[in-house]
Amino acid sequence: MFSTAQAKSVIPGFNITMGFSLLYLTFIFLIPVGGLLLYTSLMSWDEFWRAVSHPQVVASYKLSFTASFIGASINLVFGFLAAWVLVRYQFPFKRIIDALIDLPFALPTAVAGIALVTLYASTGWVGQYFELFDIRIAYTQIGVVIALTYIGLPFVVRTVQPVLEDFEAELEEASAALGASRLTTVIKVILPALLPALLTGFALAFARALGEYGSVVFISGNLPYATEITPLLIVAKAEQYDYNGAAAIGTVMLVAAFVLLLVINFLQWWSSRRFSH
Amino acid sequence: MSTVTNASALPLDRSGLWRRATEEPQWVRRTLIGTTLVFLSMFLILPLVVVLYGAFEQGLKVWFAAINEPDAAASIRLTLLVVAIVVPINVVFGVAVAWAIAKFEFRGKTILISMIDMPFAISPVVVGLIFVILFGSQGWLGNWLSAHDLRIIYAVPGIIIVIAFGTLPFIARELIPLMQQQGKQEEEASLTLGASGWKTFWYVTLPNIKWGLLYGVILCNARAMGEFGAVAVVSGRIRGETNTMPLHIEVLYNEYMFTAAFAVSSLLTGLALVTIAIKSFIEWHENRNRVTA
Amino acid sequence: MSIRVENINKKFGDFVALDNISLELPEGQLTALLGPSGSGKTTLLRIIAGLEQPDSGSIAFYGKDQTDQHVSERGVGFVFQHYALFKHMTVYENVAYGLTVKPRKERPSKAEIHKKVMSLLELVQLDWTANRYPNQLSGGQRQRIALARALAVEPKVLLLDEPFGALDAKVRAELRRWLRKLHDEIHVTSVFVTHDQEEALEVSDRIVVMNQGRIEQEGTPDEVYEQPATPFVYGFLGSVNLFHGRFEQHQIVVGADAIEHRDEALIHGTDVFAFARPNELEIITDVDATNGILATVTQVLAYGPQPRVELEGVNEIGQPQHFQVALPPESIKGLALQIGQRVRLVPSRLKVFERDSSAVVAGDKTT
Repeated sequence: MFSTAQAKSVIPGFNITMGFSLLYLTFIFLIPVGGLLLYTSLMSWDEFWRAVSHPQVVASYKLSFTASFIGASINLVFGFLAAWVLVRYQFPFKRIIDALIDLPFALPTAVAGIALVTLYASTGWVGQYFELFDIRIAYTQIGVVIALTYIGLPFVVRTVQPVLEDFEAELEEASAALGASRLTTVIKVILPALLPALLTGFALAFARALGEYGSVVFISGNLPYATEITPLLIVAKAEQYDYNGAAAIGTVMLVAAFVLLLVINFLQWWSSRRFSH
Repeated sequence: MSTVTNASALPLDRSGLWRRATEEPQWVRRTLIGTTLVFLSMFLILPLVVVLYGAFEQGLKVWFAAINEPDAAASIRLTLLVVAIVVPINVVFGVAVAWAIAKFEFRGKTILISMIDMPFAISPVVVGLIFVILFGSQGWLGNWLSAHDLRIIYAVPGIIIVIAFGTLPFIARELIPLMQQQGKQEEEASLTLGASGWKTFWYVTLPNIKWGLLYGVILCNARAMGEFGAVAVVSGRIRGETNTMPLHIEVLYNEYMFTAAFAVSSLLTGLALVTIAIKSFIEWHENRNRVTA
Repeated sequence: MSIRVENINKKFGDFVALDNISLELPEGQLTALLGPSGSGKTTLLRIIAGLEQPDSGSIAFYGKDQTDQHVSERGVGFVFQHYALFKHMTVYENVAYGLTVKPRKERPSKAEIHKKVMSLLELVQLDWTANRYPNQLSGGQRQRIALARALAVEPKVLLLDEPFGALDAKVRAELRRWLRKLHDEIHVTSVFVTHDQEEALEVSDRIVVMNQGRIEQEGTPDEVYEQPATPFVYGFLGSVNLFHGRFEQHQIVVGADAIEHRDEALIHGTDVFAFARPNELEIITDVDATNGILATVTQVLAYGPQPRVELEGVNEIGQPQHFQVALPPESIKGLALQIGQRVRLVPSRLKVFERDSSAVVAGDKTT
């Protein structure tokens, strides 16, 4: 399907670069992913259904989806706020803080995991203050949300920032000249223009949170039916050589990831269509 | 409303009264900045501080000993070995696929681009699982592999494969938009001047993409060293043999050896800080070029 | 006076954008702020609107001080060069915006808003676009919608910043005539910024010519065109031929040549600038005449929209200088000019300014 190149170009190297890319993608990506799907498809429907609908697994879906959703929502609000503050205002150490936004991308998840649990444990620097109000963070579902918020933090900021930087000041001035208050201008003029970027950032943060493992396992406590996320169940099943169970749940996760990717692509297509002249 | 009707030639300080259409009142600005800084300190700065504090709390000597402990040293060596293999492969793949996508028109281009994006969306544990199912002792190729005395799962090759899968997009994603934006006129000019394809790439294309490539390499490197979920599934956690640095951190942490865990973590944290510092430098460099151009 | 601007000063860093500007704009008129880029005209308009803050000075509308008032409370209609329509709203929603964002107490009912918006869309002849989005309209249509949107809130003053600047020449001319007609219907006090003298002359009731942060002249289009107060205004409003010379007893001496000129006010020996528009010069083929500036024909353009003769001569210090003479095609043919032919240029009308007095150049204006 990629071979119908309009080979009229004078630039050389199409066959070799394309050939190598496809070969590499096939071996490292297509065959393995196809293998998992094939493996699952060879299971009987009953077996598949039993594996993916076991109450413990369903409980993990609920936690994974809810916690990812809450985490992504927190990032939607604070990511927008951070992008706004970084683009519009001047304050000390702004450049350093802007750079640090990428930290959750670059910091290994295991390191983030032990750092977060140390901070938010009931004796930790932050956790001890919540303990005063009888709020436990580490080893509870709140801890899962904290970890998933952390790893999704850069997405909303980094998708919103460039759109906000390019936003025409004239639109805000036009709104103000027409008598709108500042808050009305933000809600009716600026936010709608940022909506595709906000939703894309949200979807990316949500997708990343859904599959996250490393930063969560330390802080969650991994209690079945309570703080056990779906990726953890897959690891546990694989370690117990329950490949069928792991593959079935893994397929569910894979499908969820594909759907999210489609949503993200749709959002990007929508925003480019909506805001081009 | 002001009562100043008689204008004077003296500059009046009206900063408290007049407000620009694109600005919020000062108390709003301060509140927003304050809220953001509190949020970011809780999530970005405190974790950083806690790692470094944990690592150096008991002094440099203890830190040094923790790094040099045989299993820790083995995990560092293994991680560097993996990176030395995975990063060059991904450089070749990234440059090749970006060249094909940016310089040629063909059907299925968008599918190809989405395919490169997919490892971003797939959970790392699913990546690990895929290869366990293929190559594990109970997997499809398990019997054939053990008959030929080959080990992939619970061994170094499996670790390399899953990390290569997980870091596949990083360099390509940096280069594709960059090379698309630069078009192909410069390459065509070079070819009309008689340069070979290879020379054209070396003298024309590479200088144009070097900063993007550098950032791609550095990010790919950081992600390869830090990969955890996928490696956790395929490594088997054999101390001194198949534990990469993140896995070794987990082992140390679970054995309550917190200082040692933070010491190894501090190395990866340093790497992460260097990565984002280089990214900021490149962005600053490009902005400056754009302004002076 | 509907808009009063008093002693406005504005600096951007070291650059003086506005240098002590005072101005009064009469009610119900369409005034053009005309000047080259960097003359401060847009800055002045934005200060009147409240989008920019003056370093000192005051702004009042109908006797009420507005200097510290936020733009959203000044009741101005502002039309931007690049339209600034809200892309995610339909044309209808754009025009209705100013009404829907009013506080609940002042907000008209939905039916009233609908009526108002539709009547405005009819006024700008675009009622059929109500449900479209801005990116489905042409530039000229977008600018008319932007105008309807600004008018919806019934502004005390309407301010337009280079409203036709982003449009191509044909649409621009059309929209110009349309704006003039519209203003004759609604009579809202309006100020528009332009760098195009033709536009200012054609559309406005009054013109304020600005240069380097100062006002050079203000008056009706006739006044500024026919009686330019300063050399700058003369040069800016249409093409001119410029002669540097010295006034000596009923003539202006330019190098080796002289032009007859009678002016009782001028003192013998004064250095002067003398201006003549291309249509105010005559070509004399008698090279031996004593009156007129010697020049060589370089190009004869008898046809086309602007029939003219291009010539080259020398100025008082012997450097080459370019001249342009506009004549009807039949006169050009009648002269039977050859390229390279030497002729003399005699002005039928001449505007003379003293050269050394900077006061004249800067425009010592107090109306």
